[in-house]
Amino acid sequence: MADALISPAVGTTMCVVSAGLIAYSCRKVRETADDRKVPFMGVLGAFIFAAQMINFSIPATGSSGHLGGGMILSILLGPYAAFLVMASVLVVQALFFGDGGLLALGCNIFNLGFFPCFIVYPLIYKKVVGDEPTKGKILTGSLIAAIVGLQLGAFGVVLETLLSGISELPFSTFMLLMQPIHLAIGVVEGIVTAAVVIFVWNARPEILNAAAHSKHIGQIGIAKVLLGLLIAVVIVGGALSWFASTNPDGLEWAMLKTAGVEELDVDHDVHKALSALQKKTAFLPGYSFKQSETQPETQADTEPSWPAVDPGTSVSGIVGGALVLALCIAIGFLFRRRKVV
Amino acid sequence: MNNIGKNYLDIRYMDIMASGDTALHRLDPRVKLITTLLFIVAVVSFDRYTILALIPFLIYPIVLISAGDLPAGYFLKKILWVSPFAVLVGIFNPVMDREIIYHIGSIGISGGWISFFSILLRSLLTVSAALILIAITGFNAVCQALTMLGVPRPFVVQLLFFYRYIFVLVDEAERMEMARSLRSFNSRSMDFRTFISIIGHLLLRSLDRAERIYLAMRSRGFDGNIRMIKTIKLGWKDLAFIAVWAILFIVFRMNNIPMRLGDIVMEVF
Repeated sequence: MADALISPAVGTTMCVVSAGLIAYSCRKVRETADDRKVPFMGVLGAFIFAAQMINFSIPATGSSGHLGGGMILSILLGPYAAFLVMASVLVVQALFFGDGGLLALGCNIFNLGFFPCFIVYPLIYKKVVGDEPTKGKILTGSLIAAIVGLQLGAFGVVLETLLSGISELPFSTFMLLMQPIHLAIGVVEGIVTAAVVIFVWNARPEILNAAAHSKHIGQIGIAKVLLGLLIAVVIVGGALSWFASTNPDGLEWAMLKTAGVEELDVDHDVHKALSALQKKTAFLPGYSFKQSETQPETQADTEPSWPAVDPGTSVSGIVGGALVLALCIAIGFLFRRRKVV
Repeated sequence: MNNIGKNYLDIRYMDIMASGDTALHRLDPRVKLITTLLFIVAVVSFDRYTILALIPFLIYPIVLISAGDLPAGYFLKKILWVSPFAVLVGIFNPVMDREIIYHIGSIGISGGWISFFSILLRSLLTVSAALILIAITGFNAVCQALTMLGVPRPFVVQLLFFYRYIFVLVDEAERMEMARSLRSFNSRSMDFRTFISIIGHLLLRSLDRAERIYLAMRSRGFDGNIRMIKTIKLGWKDLAFIAVWAILFIVFRMNNIPMRLGDIVMEVF
C-alpha cells in the first residue's frame, strides 16, 4: 500500500486502528511480565530484515523467494510480540526506503501484521499444529496459514485502495490481479516458513516448546480485539466519511471552519486590477477564471466528469505550473546559498 | 548485491546524513514528525485529478533538502524511483478512464492519464517527505519523539533495539552468504536446502545473541527503559517552523496557485 493511492479518511482510519492494536499488544506484552522479550523482539526483527537479504532460486521459474515475516514471528514470539515486531519492520521500511509511506503505514501494519498474527496464527496454525507438532502438521499448518494470511492481506489492500478512490481499477479486476499473485507468494512463504520452523524444531526443540507454551491467547482475546477494531473503524471511518460526504472535501471544510480562509477571496483585488489590463490585451478570450475555480468544489468526488475546461485555462495552468516549479527550485537555491555563506 | 543489501547501504547513508548539524537537524524531532504528517495529509487530500495544485508542495522537500545540506542528487535518485506498487496500480487508470477532459492545443488528454500523473506526483511528494524526515532527524530522535507523543514504551524500546541490530545481523547474513558463495564457485543462485540451512542457522545465532544481549543488559541494570542524555525542549524556532509550514500547506491546499499565477501571467501578456 502506498501513500499515493490512499485518501486521508482511509489512511487515518487505518492508522488509528493499527495504533490501537499496537497499544493493546504492548499492554499484553507488559502483562506477561516477560521483559526480556523486548530486546529479544528487537533482535528478531533485525533477523527478519537480515534474512530477507538472502534469496533462494525457485526451480524452473527463474524467480527467487525469501522469508516473509508475520508467520515465523508469531510462531517464535506469540501473536502480540510478533505484531509489534512486524509493525517496527514496516516503520523502518517506510522511513528509510519510502516503502509505502507514513500515512499508509496504518494500512500496511494492518495488512501484514494483523492478519498473520491475530487471525491466521491463532485460528489456523495453532489449531492445525496443536500441542504435539510433527513435520507434517507444521508443513500443513504453515502452508495454509501463509496462504490464507496473504489472501486476507491482499484483499485488505484491494479494499483500502477502492475505498480511497484514487485508483480507477474496478473491484473485480483488481481482485483478479491481486489474489492469484498472492496465492503464489503465499505458497512460497508457507513452504519457507515450515522449513525454517522444522529446522529449528530439529536443532533446538526447546525454543518452539517455550514459545508454544508461554502463550495464552484464547478465543476471548481475539473476540475482544475484533470488537475493539470494529468499534474503532465504525467511529473513525464513519466520522471521516460523513465529513467527506456532507462536504465534497472534508479537509477543505475543516480548514475553512478552523482557519476561516475563504476559498476565492484571496486575490480578488489582483484579479480585478488585472482584468482591466486583460481587456486591452485579450490574448485568450475563451478562458474563464471564475468557472474553473468554482466548479471543482461541487463535483470533487463524483464521476470522472471534469469542469468544462477550455484551451485557455489549460495553457495558463501549464504556464502557472512551470512558473511555480521554477520558483520552488529558485527558493531552494536561495536556501542553499545562504547556508554556504 | 540484491535489493535489500542496497537498502541496507541506504540505511547507513541516511544515518550519516542524520548526524549533520544544521538548523534543521537541531529542531525538535516532534515538530519535524508532525510537520511531515501534516504535509502528507495535505498532499493526499486532493481529489484524483489534481496535478497543478500539487506543484507548490514541491517547495517543502526542495527547501528542506537545501537547508538541511542533504545531497540533492542522491535524494532525486531515490525519490524518482517511486513506489513500484503505486505505479503498477496507477498505470491502469489510463486504461480504465479514457474520457478526454483536457486539451493542450489539439491533443486531448484523458482523465486516466491525469490521475496517473497525479499518483506519480503524490508518490514523489510523500516518499520524499518521509525520507527527508529521517535524514534530518535520525532514527533515535524519531523514536524519542514517538515516546514523547505517547507511543507505548515497549514498542519504542523494541524499535530502537531492532534498528541497532539491523547493522549487526545484516553483516552476519552477508558473511554467511559470502561463505556460501565462495564454497560454491561463486554461484549466484541458492537451492532450497542451502537456503533453509542458512536461514535456520542465522535464526539460531540471532536467538542466542538476543539471549546474551538481554543477560548483559540485565546485569548492567536494564529495566525496560532506554534513557536519552539529550533532552528536547520546544523552542520558538520549533514553533516557527511548524507554524510557517502549516500556514503554507493551508494556503497551497485552498488555492490553486499555479492556476492563479498562470492566469495572471496570461492576462499581462
